[in-house]
Amino acid sequence: MRFTRARSGGVTADLAPVEVAVLAAAAADLAALLSPDDDAAPPRDPLEELVGLSPGARRPDDPALQRLLPDAYRDDAFGGDPDAARAAAAEFRRFTDSDLRTLKRRQADTVLETLAALGDGGRLRLSRDQADDWLGFLTDVRLVLAVRLDVDEGTLEEELPDDGDPRTEALHVYSWLGWLQESLLSCLEPRRA
Amino acid sequence: MTAPAQLDRPEVDEVVEPDRPWVTIVWDDPVNLMSYVTHVLMELFGYPRAEAHRLMLQVHNEGKAVVSSGTREQMERDVTRLHAKGLWATLQQD
Repeated sequence: MRFTRARSGGVTADLAPVEVAVLAAAAADLAALLSPDDDAAPPRDPLEELVGLSPGARRPDDPALQRLLPDAYRDDAFGGDPDAARAAAAEFRRFTDSDLRTLKRRQADTVLETLAALGDGGRLRLSRDQADDWLGFLTDVRLVLAVRLDVDEGTLEEELPDDGDPRTEALHVYSWLGWLQESLLSCLEPRRA
Repeated sequence: MTAPAQLDRPEVDEVVEPDRPWVTIVWDDPVNLMSYVTHVLMELFGYPRAEAHRLMLQVHNEGKAVVSSGTREQMERDVTRLHAKGLWATLQQD
């Protein structure tokens, strides 16, 4: 599978059944991971919901989710006042958590929908907007996998571990997703805001 | 450089100085592709490819780079847009 530019401005790629299965499973997992932070939230106020506020949003405990929804202020953001920085990070999160989760879930949903149209393999055809959602999805799923697999700068430069290592298969998937993202990027000129 | 003359002025215990600009910083991570970081900086900030590439290399080599500066509200918006793209970004007063 590799992406090629389509005349429409979108992209196409031919997918084997196993590739459809791996991508669909990853998209479903990502969407589930990003479900709203309900544990923390009291029954929602319709007005807060309307303006996208999540008063109960907290810094996630899961390090993979922390990477997708990071703090906007580091402890040193205000010089020597970490308490002020943490308060600002918490406030920022209340205003952005819900929208960010929604955006990332929507990208995963686009992947699931476009794959569902394929059934069991075949030619994937994406509009430019769908291709942008795929690009965001590939980014997020690689960020999550990297945390789960403890990937660092050198991981893929070393030989992947032997077949006995439980990480091997997942590292191959991680590596393949990176290759796929590079292939998609090579088809997309940046869109200016 | 020389030290400024000591003015007889009371110490101000204020952390946030309104006239110092805020900056958005992108931090290095071992995951995002170099080509992707360049792509995002071009899309979000309208940088020409060469400038986006230079900033991407600065992130990669030095661990971080300032990608925009302005008011706190503007920087919060930029950080939000970078998080949406999966880049690790924070804001702080310069």
